[in-house]
Amino acid sequence: MKVLIRGGHLVDPKNDIDGRYDVLIDGPVIKEVSRNIRKVDGSTKVIDASKRIVAPGLIDVHSHLREPGFEYKETIRTGTMAAARGGFATVVCMANTNPVNDSRSVTEFIIDKARAEGICRVLPCGAVTKGLKSEELSEIGEMFEAGIVAISDDGRSVRSAGLLRKALEYAKLFKLPVISHCEDDALSGGYVHEGLASLLNGLEGIPAIAEELIVGRDIAVARYVDAPLHLTHISTAGSVEIIERAKRAFKKITCDTCPHYFTLTDESTLTYDTNAKVNPPLRSKEDVKAIKEGLRKGTIDIIATDHAPHESTSKDVEFDLATFGISGFETAFALSLGLFHEGVLDMKNLLAKMTANPARLLGLTSGVITEGAPADIIVFDPDMEWPVDRNSFASKGKNTPFHGMTLRGRNLFTMVDGKIVYNELG
Amino acid sequence: MNWKRKDLLGIRDLSKEEMLFILDTAESFKDISRREIKKVPTLRGKTVITLFYEPSTRTRTSFEIAAKRLSADTINISSSTSSSTKGESLKDTARNLQSMHPDAIVIRHGMPGAPHMLAGILDSSIINGGDGSHEHPTQALLDLFTIRDKKGRIDSLKTVIVGDIAHSRVARSNIFSLTNFGNEVICCGPPTMIPPHIETLGVRVEHDLKKAVRNADVIMMLRIQKERGGTTYIPSTKEYSTLYGLRKEHVEAAGDGVIIMHPGPMNRGIEISDEVADGPSSVILDQVENGVAIRMAILYLLIGGEA
Repeated sequence: MKVLIRGGHLVDPKNDIDGRYDVLIDGPVIKEVSRNIRKVDGSTKVIDASKRIVAPGLIDVHSHLREPGFEYKETIRTGTMAAARGGFATVVCMANTNPVNDSRSVTEFIIDKARAEGICRVLPCGAVTKGLKSEELSEIGEMFEAGIVAISDDGRSVRSAGLLRKALEYAKLFKLPVISHCEDDALSGGYVHEGLASLLNGLEGIPAIAEELIVGRDIAVARYVDAPLHLTHISTAGSVEIIERAKRAFKKITCDTCPHYFTLTDESTLTYDTNAKVNPPLRSKEDVKAIKEGLRKGTIDIIATDHAPHESTSKDVEFDLATFGISGFETAFALSLGLFHEGVLDMKNLLAKMTANPARLLGLTSGVITEGAPADIIVFDPDMEWPVDRNSFASKGKNTPFHGMTLRGRNLFTMVDGKIVYNELG
Repeated sequence: MNWKRKDLLGIRDLSKEEMLFILDTAESFKDISRREIKKVPTLRGKTVITLFYEPSTRTRTSFEIAAKRLSADTINISSSTSSSTKGESLKDTARNLQSMHPDAIVIRHGMPGAPHMLAGILDSSIINGGDGSHEHPTQALLDLFTIRDKKGRIDSLKTVIVGDIAHSRVARSNIFSLTNFGNEVICCGPPTMIPPHIETLGVRVEHDLKKAVRNADVIMMLRIQKERGGTTYIPSTKEYSTLYGLRKEHVEAAGDGVIIMHPGPMNRGIEISDEVADGPSSVILDQVENGVAIRMAILYLLIGGEA
């Protein structure tokens, strides 16, 4: 089937395109991109994108789909439905499932399940170490053959620098990026940012240095073995500073942050709202400022969601006992568009951090609107205002601190591999 | 003034006027406890539940006596007898209690924010009887009451809080009340027990106990919070006692008129010596007595109205 997306304003960071273009899709690929596509046959579905922005489908390098093992929190079906709504054509799912994705069979399960039930493209991330236990390496090669696109022990750091070194070296065999969750156990163990919230609320704090120490450590190891390293969900001013300096000397460092780290501060935890409990924790005003500056200067390459859905009973408890995480797929893009509205990033730069840059990290052919590329396309209205209502989320995870807020900018249409998977345009 | 709050969750929420109103109300209740017949009918027909997830002698007894002297019916639930050991969540426990229509629930819990969670879901008045390292508002109010009683004022005093400031809910609540009234507040303890950025609360940090207590009007001693890992912040209690135990020499350095306070339970020989605890400057037992009056006032203000 052919689809013509007509009349939209195309922003394609990779090709440096920012203007009025029509896009013709034939089957799973993009067939033509030009100023005015007139000749279409009667069977072509025409999408009117006038007054909207057309862009490559978003790519999320960090999410949790919870399957297998935690289907009461999310499934591949509900998670990818939420992702598609939010404008994501591709999501990377982390390995902290049950069983952990540390072997070929789990990777194959996820890929088969996603093929059967997934709404958007799912790319599994394998565990660095078996069982995420920081004891021995997972069977990285076998998982690579089965289809993983990166390795990470997300949820914790690889405890020993020696083991991390082996992982970085070994992953070179398959050109797999290693994604680091940066948190020093010995300094962590709290529930909110060590600062205003811990001081006023009496909650145990997680200091910024718990993150920064491991950012520094992991960069040093990666540089020593000359291996690519991606640091995920960066949240502090100190981390941005360390990464900025490191990048000057060593080019294989990339990093991402998440919308909540440039939107909210630890003030959100002052009411003991467990939906604002996330790891790393919401930081200080100064940190938020530094994260935005890092995004503006390009120190932070990518915006990821860290979509972490949870069942309500795990949040409806004392703050200390509540699970960490924010259900992020359905608010991430609107919150990121906030950076455009605030003037932190222009549209091309913002979209690069959610399309071309993650595609480069993962070695994907998508994230671009070019003839022959996979037809992953979104159409959105950067100005449309809408109220966040967690009860209308497609995700099973209703855990969002943004419930009730009005956000500006909304995805209206998502196409993955030429298939329309979400459409508010009619 | 008219009392408008449903709950008493923390000192940080309270205005000076509200605190003074509580103190003045307590003043009128104080003599009831010294009468032959220690009971007035003010809260007859009201039910007060004390829900304690952490051990307590003073606070629970004090609330119970306060409620009984106002003729309220009281029920005590402590964690060993509650359903928490059977895996019931706090929310469910609270909802079940709500179905029995208590007028007030006094909750003590090891985790900060537990009373706030209850206040959000229940119609009953919630009184924070201490939540983790967060706040212990009735303690700060009875401390304020005691200071006013002994010093004649609650402003422009030099007050010193000594001990594990980081993990003490008593310290937090007292910092909020004392700074609000414009007192000088000095936090004294080893750096491991002083939370970062505490100066933003309007206090000064002085690690040397001898310097901290010089010319002080009020010295509040805190115990080491063993249940919150307090002993891992110091090499030994012996060394702590050497550096931060309050002895006669400190009281002398403070000068005449200083009052020595302690929220209890005291660890004699660690943070406070016998001669100071039992000495003429100690108002520790006055604090306990005043605690009943303060809690009577709070119960009266929260659930005594005609509403």
